[in-house]
Amino acid sequence: MLTDLWLNFLLLFMIFASIVALELKDVLSSIIALGVVGLGVSVSFLILQAPDLAIVQFLFEIFALIILILAFVKKPFHDFAPSVQSRWMSVLAVIAVLAVLGLSWEVFRLMPPFGEPLMKTSQFYLENGAAKTGAANLVSSVVLDFRGYDTFGEVTILFTAILGTFAVLRSTIKDKHAGGKHE
Amino acid sequence: MNPYVLCFALFLVGVYGVLAKRDLIKIILALGILGYAANLFLVLVGYRADAHYPILEPGVQLGPMVDPLPQALVLTSIVIELGTTALMVALAIRLFQKYGTFDISNIRRLRG
Repeated sequence: MLTDLWLNFLLLFMIFASIVALELKDVLSSIIALGVVGLGVSVSFLILQAPDLAIVQFLFEIFALIILILAFVKKPFHDFAPSVQSRWMSVLAVIAVLAVLGLSWEVFRLMPPFGEPLMKTSQFYLENGAAKTGAANLVSSVVLDFRGYDTFGEVTILFTAILGTFAVLRSTIKDKHAGGKHE
Repeated sequence: MNPYVLCFALFLVGVYGVLAKRDLIKIILALGILGYAANLFLVLVGYRADAHYPILEPGVQLGPMVDPLPQALVLTSIVIELGTTALMVALAIRLFQKYGTFDISNIRRLRG
C-alpha cells in the first residue's frame, strides 16, 4: 500500500517536471528539469525492487545531462516568436493526447492488476537460474546467459551509434584543426 | 490511482512534446521522456506485491521475488537510449552548423 502511494506521488511529480521541461524558455533549465525526471525514474526503480536498474539509470542520467549541456548550452539560442499556426498545433496536440488517454482507460482495466504479474517464463528463470548459470544475481543470469544474444545485439547497436556520431561530427573536428569554418 | 495510467500519462506528455514543439532541443528532450516512460512501464508490469529483489543470498530462504526478465531487458534498453541520444545530439549540432537555427519550420531543403 505504501509502495503504491510513493509510486503515485513520484509519477505525478515526474509528469509535472516533464511538463516544466517542455514549457520553459531557458535551455539550461529545461535540461536540468529533464534530469529531475530521470532521477525520479531511478528512485522509482529502487521502490520497485530493481537495484541494478536504479544504478544504471542514475549513471545514464548523469551522462545524458553532460552530453546535452555540452552540446546545447553555449549555442546562441533563438527565442522563437510563437506563430498562430504553432499555437493551433499545440491546442490540437493537447486535445489528441487527452482523447488517447480517455480512450485507453478500458485497456488498463483489462491488464493484470498492479502487483500480480503473470510470470509464465520468469518462473523458470527464478527456479533454475542459480543452478543453471551459477549467478547469485538473477538479473545478470538473464542478461548474460538466458538472453545473451540480446545483449550481443545491444553492444552492436551501441557501437553503431558511436560510429554514426563520429561520422556526423568528423567534419566539425577537422574544421577545428584547420581553423576554418565549414560552409 | 493506478500507476499504469500515470505512467501512460507521462508517455503522453512526451508525445505532446514531439507533436507540438518546433525547437529541436525540446524534441530531443521529449524523446528522452518517451524512453523513460516506456522503461518504467515495463518494470511496473513485472512488479509483484510484497516481493523481494531477485538477488539470492547465501543461507537465507527468501520469499517470492519480482520478475527479473523485464528488468534485464530494460537494462539493455537504457544503454541503447544513451547511444541514440548521443546520435541525435550530433545530428542537431550538424543541423545548427548548416542552418544556424534549431527551429524545424526554418530547416527546409532536407533532401538526401
